[in-house]
Amino acid sequence: MSILIYAESAEGKFKKVALELASYAKKVAESLGTTVTAVTVNAGDVSELSKYGVDKVLKVANDKLAGFTAKAYADVIKQAAQKEGAKVVLLSSTTDSIYLSSLVAVALEAGFASNVVGLPVSTSPFQVKRNAFSNKAFNITEINTDVKVLALAKNSYGIFENASTLTEEDFNPTIGDADFGVKVVSVEKGSGKVSIADADIVVSAGRGLKGPENWGMVEELASVLGAATACSKPVSDLGWRPHGEHVGQTGKPVATNLYIAIGISGAIQHIAGINSSKVKVVINSDPEAPFFKVADYGIVGDAFEIIPQLTAKLKAFKEQQS
Amino acid sequence: MKILVCISHVPDTTSKINFINGDSEFDTNGVQYVINPNDEFGLTRAIWFQEQQGATVTVVNVGGPDTEPTLRKALAIGANEAIRINANPTDGFFVAKQLAEVIKNGGYDIVIAGKESLDYNGGMVPGMIAGILGYNFLNSCTNITVEGTNVTAVREIDGGKETVSTTLPVIIGGQKGIVEEKDLRIPNMRGIMTARTKALTILEPVDASVNTKAVKFEKPAPKSAVKLVSADNLDELINLLHNEAKVI
Ligand SMILES: Cc1cc2nc3c(=O)[nH]c(=O)nc-3n(C[C@H](O)[C@H](O)[C@H](O)COP(=O)(O)OP(=O)(O)OC[C@H]3O[C@@H](n4cnc5c(N)ncnc54)[C@H](O)[C@@H]3O)c2cc1C
Repeated sequence: MSILIYAESAEGKFKKVALELASYAKKVAESLGTTVTAVTVNAGDVSELSKYGVDKVLKVANDKLAGFTAKAYADVIKQAAQKEGAKVVLLSSTTDSIYLSSLVAVALEAGFASNVVGLPVSTSPFQVKRNAFSNKAFNITEINTDVKVLALAKNSYGIFENASTLTEEDFNPTIGDADFGVKVVSVEKGSGKVSIADADIVVSAGRGLKGPENWGMVEELASVLGAATACSKPVSDLGWRPHGEHVGQTGKPVATNLYIAIGISGAIQHIAGINSSKVKVVINSDPEAPFFKVADYGIVGDAFEIIPQLTAKLKAFKEQQS
Repeated sequence: MKILVCISHVPDTTSKINFINGDSEFDTNGVQYVINPNDEFGLTRAIWFQEQQGATVTVVNVGGPDTEPTLRKALAIGANEAIRINANPTDGFFVAKQLAEVIKNGGYDIVIAGKESLDYNGGMVPGMIAGILGYNFLNSCTNITVEGTNVTAVREIDGGKETVSTTLPVIIGGQKGIVEEKDLRIPNMRGIMTARTKALTILEPVDASVNTKAVKFEKPAPKSAVKLVSADNLDELINLLHNEAKVI
């Protein structure tokens, strides 16, 4: 019966979420007394998956799948699940996987739970905990179908090594023209910096920074930490920063290990997008700023004085560490 | 061109989230309901199609009679007609199945849903409709134009965006960008008056399996108070982040 995961890769390298998904799948497989199979698309060397508990890889190599196409990829995952007789199919929560997962669920006539935040609460009946109400609550969902599809929220489980012996198998699913109803015309990626989606640390700033000319210090702090930059909604509405950086309920959710908020008041709509980040640091001149209520660490003070000093100190700390 | 906009009726963003009946049900007491923000962007885009390309716009919701004010608001914003499917929206698949039936029977060219709703944040419904009907599907859509039967759209992807092309009929999972917030419409008096005379059709649900059910809700554990570090002691912050939180 096995558990199937879709291990996402980019340019021949597995994404971190794929390793998290493998770690998670191994644990679920242990509780169900089964094994983990991964399906990969044009991933190249797949041996890394053996470190995280994957027992078997179905390798799809197909030029037609060079670019991401949701319907075709969903078809690949469906056929892999059927071939393996998988009762549990696991996907991550990248934009691509979110796009895919409901198509996969319908194709497999499977009950689907998204935004899953931990191991199943129970396997019989099958119940999982999910984020709900913009991370203001959790919902325990029971899945009643024979096949179950779950999408794991990013950074909700962690990456754990668990060595296995890996079997590799070439897999050639049938993909037809009907899978390519949507064609990618062009792709625009942000400049070489870390994107919010891949980042473990996000440095975010709000209207307290007064103007776009002051973002240099935010970027410098981010670069020392290997972090992505983000912002509050008014900042992107004012055109100080691109829309893709706006975090919150109407923007992007971030579930990072560390979220640093500078000059952001902490309105409920902003917090909704960062609640699932593990550690929150707030720097704000107003001791009454609501953000301090949800923060782990806080500094009351002027960002314009603190940020350059913090950047310099972190740089020294990093050098000393390496 | 016939457009269907799927409207989810959700608690206003500032609502207090509480549960009743042994944490098995959301407490609606004192909660204000609104059009799901992602759907509101889609509705405004549909109204633009109506004004600029002569489309008709139907709005649809799966829900009980209490959701009708939300549908009336969508009519006041400019939708031509509304449909309410008279059922409790129990799970994503159930909702998608009801909507797919309406789409099949109504012959819609474009179906716009929000990429996710603010209550359960499932992000399932638009993809499931597309899966059930086999229609072309564009998720996380931030722009869409239609010429004849050709569709050009922009989608958000991790770390950037992509432009895609497809053909009608199409299912859209929309979000901010498909229109900007400053372009959202507020119903005016004339809109509110005419909304009263527009058709609001009530349909009974079709059979659909219930694949998942919400059995219980939980609130996050209360957080311990923030640790304040003096602005003159940034070394202490670095120390805490490294040794206590272990994040740097
Ligand atoms: C339906 C809806 C959806 C929304 N969605 C989102 C969303 O997704 N994301 C989002 O962010 N917002 C969202 N908002 C807006 C939200 O309500 C707030 O308006 C917004 O988050 C405020 O942004 P801000 O904190 O940057 O600005 P402000 O509220 O202006 O706060 C600026 C902060 O900077 C501090 N400050 C000023 N100078 C300094 C200094 N020198 N050093 C340090 N600190 C300083 C101030 O004390 C203040 O706390 C939404 C609103 C609505 C109604």
